[in-house]
Amino acid sequence: MKEHPRHARPHITRDENLIFERSSPGKCGVDLPTPDVPTASAADLLGSEFYRDEIAGFPEVSELEVIRHFTRLSTWNYSVDTGLYPLGSCTMKYNPRINEVVARLEGLATDHPYAPTELTQGCLRVLHDTARCLAEITGMDAVSLQPAAGAQGELSGILMIQACLADRGNPRKYILVPDSAHGTNPASVTTSGYQVRNLKSDSHGCVDLGELELAMTDEVAGLMLTNPNTLGIFEVRIREICELVHRKGGLVYMDGANMNALVGIARPADFGADVMHLNLHKTFTTPHGGGGPGSGPVAVRKFLEPYLPSPIVVKKEDGSYSLDYNRPKSIGRVRAFYGNFGMAVRALAYIAANGSEGLLQTTQDAVLNANYVMRRLQDVYDLPYNEPCMHECVLSDRRQAARGVRTMDIAKRLIDYGFHPYTTAFPLIVPGAMMIEPTESASKEELDEFIEAMRAIAEEVEEDAEFVLKAPYTTRVSRLDEAAAARKPVLRWKP
Amino acid sequence: MYPEEFHYTKDHEWVRVDGETGTIGITDHAQKELGDIVYVELPKAGDALRAAEVFGTVESVKAVSEIYAPVSGEVTEVNTRLNEHPELLNSDPHGAAWLIRVRLSDPKEVQKLMSAAEYEAYIGEAGSH
Amino acid sequence: MRYLPNSPRDREEMLRALGRSSIEELFSQIPEEVRFRGRMNLPGPLSEQQILEFFKEAASQSTREYVSMLGAGAYSHFRPAAVDALLSRGEFFTAYTPYQAELAQGTLQAMFEFQTLMAQLTGMEVSNASLYDGSTATTEAVLMALRLTRRNRVIVAKTLHPEYREVMATYVRHMGTEIVEVPYTASGQLEIRALESALNNETAAVVVQSPNFFGTIERFSEIAELTHRSGALLVATVTEPLSLAIIKPPEQADIVCGEAQSFGVPVAYGGPYVGFLATREKYVRQMPGRLVGQTVDTEGRRGFVLTLVTREQHIRREKATSNICTNQSLCALAATIYLCLLGKQGLKALAEHNLAMAHYAAQRLVAAGASIPFSAPCFNEFVVRTPGSAEEVLLELRGEKILGGVNLARFYPELKDHLLVCITETVSKEAVDRMVRVYEGFANRKKAGVAAPHPVGQEKA
Repeated sequence: MKEHPRHARPHITRDENLIFERSSPGKCGVDLPTPDVPTASAADLLGSEFYRDEIAGFPEVSELEVIRHFTRLSTWNYSVDTGLYPLGSCTMKYNPRINEVVARLEGLATDHPYAPTELTQGCLRVLHDTARCLAEITGMDAVSLQPAAGAQGELSGILMIQACLADRGNPRKYILVPDSAHGTNPASVTTSGYQVRNLKSDSHGCVDLGELELAMTDEVAGLMLTNPNTLGIFEVRIREICELVHRKGGLVYMDGANMNALVGIARPADFGADVMHLNLHKTFTTPHGGGGPGSGPVAVRKFLEPYLPSPIVVKKEDGSYSLDYNRPKSIGRVRAFYGNFGMAVRALAYIAANGSEGLLQTTQDAVLNANYVMRRLQDVYDLPYNEPCMHECVLSDRRQAARGVRTMDIAKRLIDYGFHPYTTAFPLIVPGAMMIEPTESASKEELDEFIEAMRAIAEEVEEDAEFVLKAPYTTRVSRLDEAAAARKPVLRWKP
Repeated sequence: MYPEEFHYTKDHEWVRVDGETGTIGITDHAQKELGDIVYVELPKAGDALRAAEVFGTVESVKAVSEIYAPVSGEVTEVNTRLNEHPELLNSDPHGAAWLIRVRLSDPKEVQKLMSAAEYEAYIGEAGSH
Repeated sequence: MRYLPNSPRDREEMLRALGRSSIEELFSQIPEEVRFRGRMNLPGPLSEQQILEFFKEAASQSTREYVSMLGAGAYSHFRPAAVDALLSRGEFFTAYTPYQAELAQGTLQAMFEFQTLMAQLTGMEVSNASLYDGSTATTEAVLMALRLTRRNRVIVAKTLHPEYREVMATYVRHMGTEIVEVPYTASGQLEIRALESALNNETAAVVVQSPNFFGTIERFSEIAELTHRSGALLVATVTEPLSLAIIKPPEQADIVCGEAQSFGVPVAYGGPYVGFLATREKYVRQMPGRLVGQTVDTEGRRGFVLTLVTREQHIRREKATSNICTNQSLCALAATIYLCLLGKQGLKALAEHNLAMAHYAAQRLVAAGASIPFSAPCFNEFVVRTPGSAEEVLLELRGEKILGGVNLARFYPELKDHLLVCITETVSKEAVDRMVRVYEGFANRKKAGVAAPHPVGQEKA
């Protein structure tokens, strides 16, 4: 391998069996206290019809083995704590540790959702304050924290549009979705019962107003929009876009996945969005956790407030908090209880740590970092849309593809330089896309390292494309056979 | 490269006519675009087929593609070998990996489709999909 | 700002590289009329100390001083220290979704283990790597059944968690799906004859929870037989999966789904939790949510990848089996660690402990003058008819620093003065005895025709 000033060391390669393969009978990782009530035989109490003898195959290991097993597993993961994640639209930013401390406070971590509200004022206050802050940041009037993640937030938003338009006499049939949209958008539309109508972007990757004019008939309930779009470009004609949709009796849904570019800079309500969701696990720093939990609050203008998922947290005149279930126009529940409360705690802590000034500075750094990366790479990688970007930029593999190397291959080689890949092959409107969002959680030094790595790879492609194609070389496992995994899925261990 | 006796669609299916029977498959171009094929969803014998309508799907690791009927008719046979060996679609899309056989309701429908030469020209154009 | 790694000099250098003199120039393309130039009315900026103060204050206005006998879909169980210790590793909790398998073998193997454990526990062949929670998992199971059977009618037990039923209704409303509710009998179980008459050849699924919302265990054999005879699928929902350690899993079901919060995930005022969905192998391609599959790398080493991804939204888009993107990975990891710690013996012992505690409490309550209206066996939750007003009993119990149960009238108006009481290993014998004394007091006063001596609503110091 080429010598390079800062390239990654090989990863730990120790093999770690499945926990079931480490198991042996008679071991247990906990010592349970003996019940101080008269023990009754479970078999007798339940009867042979119901009584289960044992859970076949369940592991039996000691506490130490559990700690070692999972500790070793953890060392095979890349993480935000490890380094930069340039994934586009994921906003892999730092997860502050104080958030983890406060989320675990007894009282916040332990209150039961059905405990009397007079006794859970602390939790209700957290929910209330978080909702208020999110409304303030987005310019919207009301927020529900119930949706469990962005996709659920989208679904809730679309259902609210449906309910509102139905109230006005006609829910209509279609929702317009730009061809650059994230996959959850059309999926959420379908889940709500609307049909998707794809909207072609213009040559700048933005909403084509001419196309929108044609597409926006009185059968279309609304437009689902991401701003800045998935190319990281701000829709400069956003006011016209929203006005057009409104004029034709439709509503505008904004996918808030890219809010990291807008906090303190522009508020979606101000540019015409009627309803939007936020991803607390993106903009608001709640941890990704290896794929969740997330949280996807939905924020709306006043006229949509009656349709929010029920119940909502209200602050009464005496200053106390309670839950309002009397919501006759609500779209109903999208999940049990009140939402991912633990994520609201973390988001509120993050907002409070920053205040208005800190959040604005954060946005500025995010946008500065992305522009810097774009500028320093655009001479070696194709830049499909030469526009100022916001918090993310999109390059393409067009030059490298001429040598048979594609975005996925470059991404795999990037791993050898100690970085997680950027987002490959999305958005779909850019063939061979390389979407990069450094976020504000990257120092100039780290960005320079990343840029050097990307530039080195571009050179490697010119000199020895074959070498790049077989990357990565330094990971614990080499490229995994995904075809075999899909043809004959093995989804569990069997003895 | 592309069998002369086949007729081709813009969505990369082929059909071979033997009297009243049509054999249908996907083209080599299609399997290349899809990558390693992992799964095929096909209709049952007895199902009706209508030209230009979806009759099944082909899945690779990273993509799913609908398969459109080149002709109309009734499905008479389904290539069940593809259940166990979907990879055949990658290795032999024009032969052993035929998808279904149909009793054609209108054999003249194939005249609307492309010949091998026309299909090769079609896929030769940049960005055709 | 402590989270931002760039210094003022760094910013200057980067701006210079961009040929810009100020950061504001980077936003110049934003039209002035939508540009926000104000100050957001937000708390902060706060130091860590101040943040801690704020949340400690909130945490003090909570039920942390109380003994909780609340269940109803969220269960208080002891969380072994090793769970949080491992979850707090940055490599786990700050990791991204494992799309790049080579950099996420830790998460992927752990999720594979989760899938295995849930399949073993539920008696099903395959499980996914988690869904948001029990309510959405149940809903997704129903949507799966609708797709598989191509029918549009669902029969749901009235004893399925009320909020789960609400969520289901929200999701299927636009499809015009008919939801038919089947009542319960005096045993507290599903009324089989009512199910039989409700079933027809338009039914896609029958959804039964066990232990159900009343804590009662359902008999699945006859339910399954009737369901399958009419060509529908049986969906069994479990909100307290600890029960599966000593109660036979519903193996006759086609889909077993529910809530795994009991396994190492805090009650946390309702979320985040972790839903699960397990089924038979033949339905695997219709399963929603992430799936982790075992495979090999180019050297033949075992490794794990997300598989069957073409079902999912990022590929299938509008034709996806679900719109779900994020799942509940960290919570599923908590469950995995918890289940490994307890293991075969520990989980069974814990379940037996729960059963014994609940049984003890029920017996003593009956002796104290309450009644247990439902006759079928329960696990760690049961319904009690209070001697006197349930609200008054609850208030008096509050005075004893006990949250004595969920007032069922809230969800089932026909069950006035009935409480749903949950006794897990976190409730001591002493607390149960204290609760029983309160019931005894009420029963005695009722017998004597005397009104409550303590002014209702006043808590004891």
